[in-house]
Amino acid sequence: MSEITVSSPPTGAVDLRGDPKRRRRESIIAGVFRASAIVSIIISAAIVFSLFGKALDFALNVDVAALWADQGWFPRRGFFDLRSIVAGTFVVTGVAMLVAAPLGLGAAIYLAEFAKPRVRRTLKPILEILAGIPSVVLGFFALTWISPEIVQRFFSHATAFNMAAAGLAVGVLITPLVAAVTEDSLRAVPHALREAAYGLAARKRSVVARVILPAATSGIVASFILAISRAIGETMIVAIAAGGTGGSDLALDPTQPGQTMTAAMTALAIGSDQVKGEANTFPSLFFVGLLLFFMTMILNVVSERFVRRVREKY
Amino acid sequence: MNPSPVRHNAAVKEPMREEHPAIHVEVTHEESDPFAAPTLFDIKDLNVYYGGFRAVRDVSLSVGQRQITALIGPSGCGKTTMLRCLNRMNDLIEIARVEGQVLYHGVDLYDRRVDPVEVRRRIGMVFQKPNPFPKSIYDNISFGPKIAGFKGGMDEIVETSLRKAALWDEVKDRLRESAWGLSGGQQQRLCIARCIAVSPDVILMDEPCSALDPIATGRIEDLMQDLKSEYTIVIVTHNMQQAARVSDMTAFFTAEVNEEQDRRTGLLVEYDKTEQIFTNPADERTENYVTGRFG
Repeated sequence: MSEITVSSPPTGAVDLRGDPKRRRRESIIAGVFRASAIVSIIISAAIVFSLFGKALDFALNVDVAALWADQGWFPRRGFFDLRSIVAGTFVVTGVAMLVAAPLGLGAAIYLAEFAKPRVRRTLKPILEILAGIPSVVLGFFALTWISPEIVQRFFSHATAFNMAAAGLAVGVLITPLVAAVTEDSLRAVPHALREAAYGLAARKRSVVARVILPAATSGIVASFILAISRAIGETMIVAIAAGGTGGSDLALDPTQPGQTMTAAMTALAIGSDQVKGEANTFPSLFFVGLLLFFMTMILNVVSERFVRRVREKY
Repeated sequence: MNPSPVRHNAAVKEPMREEHPAIHVEVTHEESDPFAAPTLFDIKDLNVYYGGFRAVRDVSLSVGQRQITALIGPSGCGKTTMLRCLNRMNDLIEIARVEGQVLYHGVDLYDRRVDPVEVRRRIGMVFQKPNPFPKSIYDNISFGPKIAGFKGGMDEIVETSLRKAALWDEVKDRLRESAWGLSGGQQQRLCIARCIAVSPDVILMDEPCSALDPIATGRIEDLMQDLKSEYTIVIVTHNMQQAARVSDMTAFFTAEVNEEQDRRTGLLVEYDKTEQIFTNPADERTENYVTGRFG
């Protein structure tokens, strides 16, 4: 029995080796997909790497205390108060989510649970068109309509350029994103769970509130995270409508002009690779970029943890 | 020729009022005549359509109180569709349309003024595949009472329901754990307990054991016998032995192929005491089915 060697070919009564051509083709296909996965990882690594060098330059040369000093973000003049642009980012994103979370969630619940098939067939494409509006167009909409007609109407002290108008427009931009991802996750809740609830004499609102939403939590949170990331990264609307082009002071009042991290980078980098200013001005771009990168990364990790904890598995 | 040779209840009484459900049900001896049980459901000329297609045609039958009534027949014979008419679950299917009458305690469930939610509070359902919510065992049971606005001794309801479903001893130490950690048979008993928790009058079971092994099936069948003293049970089953074992009355359905469309319409062939259906059926189609020559 122990005489049998491992290397002996499996050619006994039956030949089970299969077609070698086929097996080669199979491994080529696997190789192609592996390569594309690897390329995307390399690209991500390259992005971080390219940011890292200049960002480090900035971090080493700048007076670290100045990053928290009460002097605003005016990179050309060497004032690098990070708080003002981080605050601006949070204010705009916050306003945007105040719009997009309830609106997107509501639209998704309506489309997934209440709308008749025909209504859904008409509404969904309209929502998708909304998602396709170029953000530069929304930026002008924010500046020429939202700001005077909404923000200034309700807050008479609001300036023409203000973070609220930009935030509302970003909210419009990300609402379809929240709606689409949430709707998918609502519809993915197994039909058997709905039947179970209806069979226990639940009304539609109880089925939605107590069965479908809890079961879809992970998808809903994912849609919010995606939307927040998108809002943090949105550049054009804030660059046009939020004001503070040359720089900005720390402002938490949405009715006042402000600058987000992305808008600050655009204001600096636009139309030229020769950024005027002092030595640290140009590298500051990379530092802010890296910061943005880490912010969205942390957001993703935290939300992943959160979702794993609260979700109802089905 | 007559498509529904239904033997109507020999002693159809006045539909009973809900306030006195226990009056006429004293006789539950072995030799008692199932036909003598007071009528709970009286189904008259029921037709169910899915869009333009007729899934069930001209079904008339009456279901007695505190009885187990089995609906048997080959696939596509409309028995599940039929069952789902009894608590208006078919309302959830957008294209489904029901014609005819389903009288429950003499009230037509398909009357415009009837609220399907009220119907389902009295007529619960257990499904083919166990479908507990992805919540704790406790929350699964308390779901029904909670949404019905019940306030008070929830612990007591949970315990009573689980005891009635013969599950209490197995889960009493892990009520806060996910119901999805239970075995298939336990999950199905949990679904029965969840149904009992809203204190229904009727429990509809749609092939409740088809996803279970024989031991779990046996436990559910025993459970049904226990529940019979308190609830009326209507069960759809593919398993003829099961129907023979558990039910008092059996309705045999069959499917006829439609001429225009390549789909099947279900109809009731014969409805009688279970013993009669399995030993001395009146219709040849029933005999062929129960003796295994068809289906």
